Amino acid sequence: MANIISDETIEYVGILAKLELNEEEKEQAKKDIGEMLDYIDKLNELDTSAVEPMSHVFPVNNVFREDVVENGDGREISLANAPERKEDSFVVPRTI
Amino acid sequence: MKQFETVIGLEVHVELATKTKIFCSCSTEFGGKPNSHTCPVCTGMPGSLPVLNKKVVEYAVAVGLATNCKITQNCKFDRKNYFYPDNPQNYQISQLYLPICRDGGIEIETEDGTKKTIGIHEIHMEEDAGKLIHDEWGENSLVDFNRSGVPLIEIVSEPDMRSADEVIAYLEKLRLIIQYLGASDCKLQEGSMRADVNLSVREVGTEEFGTRTEMKNLNSFKAIRRAIEGERERQIDLIEAGEKVIQETRRWDDAKEYSYAMRSKEDAQDYRYFPEPDLVPVVISDEWFSEIKDRQPELRTEKLERYKKEFQIPDYDANIITSNKRLADIFEETTAICKNPKKVSNWLMVETMRLLKEHEMEIEQITFSPENLAKLIQLTDNKAINSSVAKEVFEKIFSDDIDPEAYVEENGLKTVSDDGALRSVIEKVIADNPQSVEDYHSGKKKAIGFLVGQTMKAMKGKADPAMVNQILAELLN
Repeated sequence: MANIISDETIEYVGILAKLELNEEEKEQAKKDIGEMLDYIDKLNELDTSAVEPMSHVFPVNNVFREDVVENGDGREISLANAPERKEDSFVVPRTI
Repeated sequence: MKQFETVIGLEVHVELATKTKIFCSCSTEFGGKPNSHTCPVCTGMPGSLPVLNKKVVEYAVAVGLATNCKITQNCKFDRKNYFYPDNPQNYQISQLYLPICRDGGIEIETEDGTKKTIGIHEIHMEEDAGKLIHDEWGENSLVDFNRSGVPLIEIVSEPDMRSADEVIAYLEKLRLIIQYLGASDCKLQEGSMRADVNLSVREVGTEEFGTRTEMKNLNSFKAIRRAIEGERERQIDLIEAGEKVIQETRRWDDAKEYSYAMRSKEDAQDYRYFPEPDLVPVVISDEWFSEIKDRQPELRTEKLERYKKEFQIPDYDANIITSNKRLADIFEETTAICKNPKKVSNWLMVETMRLLKEHEMEIEQITFSPENLAKLIQLTDNKAINSSVAKEVFEKIFSDDIDPEAYVEENGLKTVSDDGALRSVIEKVIADNPQSVEDYHSGKKKAIGFLVGQTMKAMKGKADPAMVNQILAELLN
């Protein structure tokens, strides 16, 4: 493996992703990410100077909606999965 | 003593005036019950698929054209990752790599008449977040996702502003352009226009920028001005004390007139942007582009010139009337009915402004109809009512949008134009005021004013003053 992921990096990625990993999981993640980067390096060996950058896998563009209201009151369906609700709001731990 | 210069750039978020959200067909209407305008898309349910609202692209292009930007005809969306309870997907769909508009600018004029161009770095489309309400009694916060997915454009300026005056002039100009386009109502208090201020200071003469801070939570022009002045002083004090300005986001507390650091270093701002896989690219064909261009409405500068030419109203009037889209619309609609532009302009500039000030109202809160103002002007043109009665009637139009013709009729406010009736009242006034008559004849021509006043009083204001003057002069001589 050419790409070695440091403990600091895996720690940092964990913070960003809001994941708490144990030692074993950390080692596995380091290995997985290293292999992914190796693969990217391999792709980088190809000469792509004449290829247009691709922004989407399918050659499709301009999928639009007209500006017309179609959805009705969505309270019940949206709140159905709420771990906790108070009247019509989601309850979350205090933010400030 | 060192001299410091303030360097300011703005990030302005504007909520677009679409009926539906950017990626789903939920209503954007303000004030619904919490979470009533939500669906699986705008609450970030797994497996839901966003579909772009075409109108958002058209509004963004319209604003870009009006601010002299280059339009990115091949653009796409990107995913900005962060965790916060108001953001149900744990990412915001925004644009980083190919924003829809770039490299524009608008000319501003500050109060002392100096003109300057403020560059616009880019304008991008994105979705708004939900609203957090802090439960006063409990230990929790409450989330309402009605605003989640409301379309926004973020207008990022170049760091071209040097004072609070320039910032306000820029925001006012931007607001006027967007209101004229109908792309947003741009209300700072209600949050449909929000400005984040990036500010740094540097010693006069230096080329290099100082370290900047970003200030949020500014919801009025007054707060923006105070925040700029407060932050400038805070940074200068730090530098003069030999300390360093830290690059951070600060929250302005307008009541305490101080800004507080919002994010700590551990909470790194690393958004890990990547191309949004759920949305396909947007390609604005030349044809679509020119369609949008052709639909651009008349903007303020053009309207100002047209008003002066077409309606022959003075520069001063035209300036004030076109300074607000709503006012300009009322002016044009009323003029179209009564064909008396100068009078319409006078009613708007004098009485309307006076009443707005008296009731502490904004121009946007005007409720009277152009039809009723036009009718009032016609009543005065036909001399059916005199100017003091007209003012009284206008107050009723302003407050309750009454029909002036019916109101004048019901309240018997019509000017007495019957020569005989008026003449007999004047004769009585002359008989009752021999002293004034004598004063008049002995050369005190001003005495006639008192007699006119007495006549108007006897007529309960319902006489044409010109006619009173004429009959008085005739009877006295």
